[in-house]
Amino acid sequence: MGSALLIRNGRVIDPSQAIERHCDLLIRDGLIAEIGESITAKGVEVIDAGGLIVAPGFIDLHAHLREPGFEYKETIESGSRAAAAGGFTAVCCMPNTLPVNDNSSVTRFIFERAASAGRARVYPIGAITQGSKGEQLAEIGEMKTAGIVAISDDGKAVADTNLMRRAMEYAGDFDLPVVDHCEDCCARGGVMHEGEYSAVLGLNGIPGAAEDLHVARDVMLAELTNTRVHIAHISTARAVSLVREAKRRGLGVTCEVTPHHFTLTDSEVLRNSYSTNTKMAPPLRSKTDLDGIIEGLRDGTIDAIATDHAPHHTNEKMLEFDRAPFGIVGLETAVSLALDRLVHGGVIGLARMIELLSCLPAQIFKLEGGTLRPGAVADVTIFDPERHIKVDASQFQSKSRNTPFDGWELKGTPVTTIVGGSVVWPIKEDLK
Amino acid sequence: MPLQRKDLLGTAELTVEEIALILDTAETFRDVNKRLIKKVPTLRGKTVINLFFEASTRTRTSFEIAAKRLSADAVNISTSTSSVVKGETLVDTALNLEAMAPDAIVIRHSSSGAPHQIARIVTAAVINAGDGAHEHPTQALLDALTIRQHKGRIAGLKIAIIGDILHSRVARSNAHLLAKLGAHVVLAGPRTLLPNGFERQIGPAEGSVTFAENVSEALIDADVVMMLRIQLERQSGGFFPSLREYSIHFGLNRRRLELAKSDVVVLHPGPINRGVEIDSDVADGPFSLILDQVNNGVAVRMAVLYLLASGE
Repeated sequence: MGSALLIRNGRVIDPSQAIERHCDLLIRDGLIAEIGESITAKGVEVIDAGGLIVAPGFIDLHAHLREPGFEYKETIESGSRAAAAGGFTAVCCMPNTLPVNDNSSVTRFIFERAASAGRARVYPIGAITQGSKGEQLAEIGEMKTAGIVAISDDGKAVADTNLMRRAMEYAGDFDLPVVDHCEDCCARGGVMHEGEYSAVLGLNGIPGAAEDLHVARDVMLAELTNTRVHIAHISTARAVSLVREAKRRGLGVTCEVTPHHFTLTDSEVLRNSYSTNTKMAPPLRSKTDLDGIIEGLRDGTIDAIATDHAPHHTNEKMLEFDRAPFGIVGLETAVSLALDRLVHGGVIGLARMIELLSCLPAQIFKLEGGTLRPGAVADVTIFDPERHIKVDASQFQSKSRNTPFDGWELKGTPVTTIVGGSVVWPIKEDLK
Repeated sequence: MPLQRKDLLGTAELTVEEIALILDTAETFRDVNKRLIKKVPTLRGKTVINLFFEASTRTRTSFEIAAKRLSADAVNISTSTSSVVKGETLVDTALNLEAMAPDAIVIRHSSSGAPHQIARIVTAAVINAGDGAHEHPTQALLDALTIRQHKGRIAGLKIAIIGDILHSRVARSNAHLLAKLGAHVVLAGPRTLLPNGFERQIGPAEGSVTFAENVSEALIDADVVMMLRIQLERQSGGFFPSLREYSIHFGLNRRRLELAKSDVVVLHPGPINRGVEIDSDVADGPFSLILDQVNNGVAVRMAVLYLLASGE
């Protein structure tokens, strides 16, 4: 008999089975064994989850783990540790490493590293085009064989519409979703959202239309090719309505939103006086856009909360605003922000939040997990929706500290992360 | 009474009282500049670093003269390359200068917000001498001083600012400052070079900031016309087709100036492109205050240095 773990007294919420009740959860041999009242099992490790929520493990569809090539920003080990600390049992990593993950040997390297890291599961996303240069398709089939779960040239949009069409069709053969970073070339040279704040700050703007145009194109291509497209980090109200319309018409279009896009607006760049931790792509948008995103989270248009965790070394963020790199870390603040802003903010309930962080991400990328059904892999996130925390970037497990949320007081926090029946966070040595 | 602030980063955050204090102080320094011995001991033993990341003749010289006439020790650091090219971050550059214990650092930088990033980490007073397309507060202060000298007031005046507003730190600083002082600022230029929504970010002000439909609308009955320099690279950037066309449709000539009030005055932050945004007969004409602006620049910068670096 293998190892067993009993999670007692928690409130189990699993939208995949419409379960929401106080009960126990038994894990055996890395799989969910049983959900029920007062489970008794001999010789098992027991976790008391009194006052806590027990949910299917959270899955981040969008993170940058930077290895290979940028180990000074993050490694697969530190990134998957940050994921576990942030309540994620799995993290999908974008291919914009050095070299780019555009062939099966890089994909296999990522899996090897992830296996030795032993925290959150790591699922590589392959590049759409060779070197993500937007010119020629990468060996998508070979990468699929090696284990990629989606393809994307994230960081860059696929500008060539014809190439994007072919990518969507070809990816369809391998049942892979295409994840597009939607920015039309009218974003060129911009460093923040174009609007009254870019106007007063004297910074080059990225108009909302840059995203809208590209999303509209992708929706039309999804219809033309009858394939799936997943819109990465949606940020404008108009793009949300385009996805809503596409879904109404039954197209295979899904989308994700980041915690910073449902929390902050472009006014943050002024309020923080050019702090480079308010610079990311797509940029923080207007209040109207934030309202559109909130509506999309409420009405089901938005399918997933994804971090777009983008670690950068402090030295790189010490540059002038227009020269600093785009991106912020997100793995260790996402769950607290979702609880504080969305659940306590009255936007959505806990079950919908769990759907956005677990069930739907698992469905979109066809990953194991996303459910606590007996027989399923035992990936579990236990969190406390009531505990108050203060974000302290200096304590992050990530190698990078580039967050605009340092010092924020939030209500709700992940507590225990279980992957395949093993507690990966907090780990025993960390407890003492 | 010194200013109750560490830095001068922009006019957006100045109060009407602070502006009045700076302008009145500048008036007293104008007298110093007319003396045979143009020097006062006000900042003796103080160190002022002029840190210019972007080419500048007029502003750098003006700050240097201002510091020297106050008896401060002025050090000029001019570097046409950015800190990145040197392999040093902006923050490191600032910390190294801070370690030499200057009392004030005057910064010109091509990136908007660079002085703000430096001001956060140094104890010296930081004076923004122009950051990207953001602000150039001492230019706006010297423009206000020049207008006040010639019109006796600022409140109630119609002030047209014409040209490349999008990339202009001079336009932004002037719009904030002149609106606070009660002027009605009207911005005009080709639509490709207007920052949409800027007017919504003008804080509570006695005056106003609006965009005109066209240059003529801005000029009609204007008390003051401020022309902005057009950069040649905006043409290659696709903002307008040619300097020739720009001059015809958006430049200031004597005929177009007739739309303004008969006692209109014309300002330009320099350096001027004769025959492009402004015709020579306007630039050199009786309405032009371009050289008065330069003259007032030294007095305004003396006032700002005195008020921020005297350490009283």
